[in-house]
Amino acid sequence: MISISTDLLNQIREHGVKDYPYECCGLLLGRFTEEGKTVKQPYPISNAREESAKRNRFLIEPEELMRGERFAREHNLDVVGFYHSHPDSPAVPSQYDLDHAWPTYSYIIVSTSAERAGDLFSWEQEPDRSRFNQEEIRVIRD
Amino acid sequence: MPVTITIPAPLRQFAAGQSQITVEANTAGEALDLLTATHSALRRHLFNDQNVLRNFVNVYLNDEDIRHASGPNTPVKDGDTIMIVPSIAGGAVIETEVAQSLPELSNEEILRYSRHLIMPEVGMQGQRRLKAASVLMIGTGGLGAPVGMYLAAAGVGRIGIVDFDVVEESNLQRQIIHGTKDLGRRKIESARDRLRDINPHIEIETHESRLTSHNAMRLFRNYDIIVDGTDNFPTRYLVNDACVLSGKPNVYGSIFRFEGQASVFWAEKGACYRCLYPEPPPPGLVPSCAEGGVLGVLPGIVGAIQANETIKIILGAEGLLINRLLLFDAWPMKFREFKLRKDPKCPVCGEQPTVKELIDYEEFCGMAAHQAPQPDSKLEEISATELNARRLRGERLQIVDVREPHEFEIARIPGTKLIPLGHVVSRMNEIDPDVDTIVHCKAGVRSAKAIQALKRAGFQGRLINLKGGITAWSEDVDPRVAKY
Repeated sequence: MISISTDLLNQIREHGVKDYPYECCGLLLGRFTEEGKTVKQPYPISNAREESAKRNRFLIEPEELMRGERFAREHNLDVVGFYHSHPDSPAVPSQYDLDHAWPTYSYIIVSTSAERAGDLFSWEQEPDRSRFNQEEIRVIRD
Repeated sequence: MPVTITIPAPLRQFAAGQSQITVEANTAGEALDLLTATHSALRRHLFNDQNVLRNFVNVYLNDEDIRHASGPNTPVKDGDTIMIVPSIAGGAVIETEVAQSLPELSNEEILRYSRHLIMPEVGMQGQRRLKAASVLMIGTGGLGAPVGMYLAAAGVGRIGIVDFDVVEESNLQRQIIHGTKDLGRRKIESARDRLRDINPHIEIETHESRLTSHNAMRLFRNYDIIVDGTDNFPTRYLVNDACVLSGKPNVYGSIFRFEGQASVFWAEKGACYRCLYPEPPPPGLVPSCAEGGVLGVLPGIVGAIQANETIKIILGAEGLLINRLLLFDAWPMKFREFKLRKDPKCPVCGEQPTVKELIDYEEFCGMAAHQAPQPDSKLEEISATELNARRLRGERLQIVDVREPHEFEIARIPGTKLIPLGHVVSRMNEIDPDVDTIVHCKAGVRSAKAIQALKRAGFQGRLINLKGGITAWSEDVDPRVAKY
């Protein structure tokens, strides 16, 4: 289960709509808890993919992730997952997503169009890498 | 050397919860091997099935990515630290978009296709792909018959058929898409009705026309895959070139007597028909099925192979007949296979193509004949009605039939002498040079060759070819003579 506030969820949605028709991406900073994860802050990242591939691929370079982890440690947080958008397609992970993921992290996907953000789901990889399971999002009211 | 590996937070559960593990190793690769030997559940998250580091997993030795050093062979020193850092990649890919746009199957369709659906290689996704697919069949003859019937039965959502012929009695020995009740009907109508009967859930589009350089690109544009079921060289080159120019796969098959060929010509992925046969054979050198005959079941086998490859292309299967020419001989019952290679000098799919739009294929296939040795004089011809008139006028002439004895048994023009093509020269003395000699075969091709051979051998008399052969005689003079 991942806990996140309405405000932070809206920040992710807005990032997705702003970057449409490209995919947006970012880190989810927070803490691992007994129940799962709590997100304290989204950490937007520039999409490192070249222009042509941006529409359906995103990439966070390891250097960028290390920078994000350093930032998280300074604020006494962990990287608990990642978020990205699927422009004009459903908020479900693709085979490509599955091949490029690790368990335990949360992968939040938001479906976007030019006007608005659609579905937003969180996914967790099965420990044997066979599939993604939808993860419950507990919305914390501000 | 003792080196310390930092385990990223999400993977600690596979390393007994530890955040740092120290191992004794000489290289970075060895350190990871030792780590994953102890904590085997970690391995699959770091390495793929081929035992190569997953492409999103980065290994840093101190502050340097080992990919920029010597990879797994990068040496380690006492006290070094290794960090495992993922680069995060992902995103919606074509598959999800495709999956979303694929048509749904009704419960009736699910029942109908159940033998497909229970195989994971097809499954719901594959069956929906078949439903979304469109295939254009050139011809509804011997090859087109099984191709159309199997594709329809398999649930290919939209099938286009191109033909301009009518169903004739001599078709029915092999063109099983048509029946006796269809004699005289347009082939596209007869084929359409048969396919509709096989599967009412699919769309069938009929194009009653000859495939030409003018309509080919327009027709091909609306289909994913083209299946070549033609029986002549101009159309075969036309289909090939139009497929290359429009980027479509060309599922090829051809048949003659007991032998068949099949391949998938797909210029983006391999050789095209012109890489295999840059130029057509001289006209008349390769007899058509009408001249040479064909075993009725042969197009059934070759056409079924074409249908098979078409379905595999739609399903995204591997092991296609790309760069492979399959040869089948029904008499000894043998399959053979040749490797094909894309020709970089191919005039249509090579590096510097000279054919950039469709050309006149009749001319192309006829032009090659000009480069072949020409008969030394012009061929004199006579029509069946004219010949009949000359006979009725009581003119002195002799008719030589150059067909084979088994054909002579089927039908003959009364008052003719049988000398099969292979023997005309050796039996030349049986032909009287002092009277006009009419030479005939079934359709006029072999008799033209016989005349050439006789002239080359020095025959001095007048030789006249019967245009259209015994077939024309039956049609225009005497319908009691059987057509075959």
